[in-house]
Amino acid sequence: MRKDEFWEGVRGGFPIMLAASPFGALFGALAVDNGFTIGDAVFMSAAVYAGASQMVGIELFGNHVQPWLVVLSVFAVNFRHVLYSASIAKHVRHFTFVQKFFAFFLLVDPQYAETEKRGERGLPVTFPWYLGFGLVIYFPWIFNTLLGAIFGQLVGDPKAIGLDVLLPIYFLGLVMGFRKRDRFLPIVAVSAVASVAGMHFVGSPWHVSIGALAGILLAACLPPAETVAAPPVAIEKEA
Amino acid sequence: MDPQHLNLIYLIIAAAVATFITRIGGYVLITQMKQIPPRLESALNAVPAAVLTTLVAPAFVYGGFDVAVSMFVAFAIALGLNLSTLRMLVIGWVVVMLLRHLVL
Repeated sequence: MRKDEFWEGVRGGFPIMLAASPFGALFGALAVDNGFTIGDAVFMSAAVYAGASQMVGIELFGNHVQPWLVVLSVFAVNFRHVLYSASIAKHVRHFTFVQKFFAFFLLVDPQYAETEKRGERGLPVTFPWYLGFGLVIYFPWIFNTLLGAIFGQLVGDPKAIGLDVLLPIYFLGLVMGFRKRDRFLPIVAVSAVASVAGMHFVGSPWHVSIGALAGILLAACLPPAETVAAPPVAIEKEA
Repeated sequence: MDPQHLNLIYLIIAAAVATFITRIGGYVLITQMKQIPPRLESALNAVPAAVLTTLVAPAFVYGGFDVAVSMFVAFAIALGLNLSTLRMLVIGWVVVMLLRHLVL
């Protein structure tokens, strides 16, 4: 049973792993290009495990930005995880302390999205499922960083093989997955405009925090929707 | 190991700790509260769409014509046919490769 859940997680995470693989390799290649050794690149992927912030980190490091600012930027890009861990709290409360430690370490965007989706559908969010889903993305991420760092020169221009378009489309697919939620369209519209304005007037990586805060504030300020939606199916199943 | 390289290792460790704090922070904060106020709950419900949109919209606006077109085509087809994210990725990739190597 528990083993089945682990493999169910592995199957669920597999397509995400495929989609993330080019980025792992790309990170490895770019890291070496920015003065990292192959070992540094692999170590960063294993320890930080947050693709977008790793890219920001190596770019700032390569531009000799002061270390505290590099760490602050990584924190800013990853700040969304604070919201993720608050949001999935209701699904992972039953994990043990050690399980929570590993679960939060592995909490990347797709892990969050799938956990939320699973909880919303009333399926049990068990630790074996969570771990299977997480590890099938985590280990290949490190391995692909290694491959990318070694064969960095071969990737050459990522645009020539269309790598640059994959990340935004992937995130777009994730956004569309939440279109049934309350006030989806106004939130997305406000976040889109605010992030573009943030990019234009303040610059990357702040557009992430600015855009996200705008959409979240809007959701908090609008009068609560007539909550007919989402009866507590999850709780019924748990009981 | 030379001191400059050691500094990079420290930097990576600091980045890892900062990242882990963001990943555990929300859980620690929310479990301190006895009850979640409704406004906070609607705010939390908005998190995924709000955050992920900020990774999409600027790429659409500033990524160039080919990126914008491939994103739009992938979006329209995936929405119309209710496709998985992976298929959507394949469509977007094919469109951008066609634009870059055959059309433009």
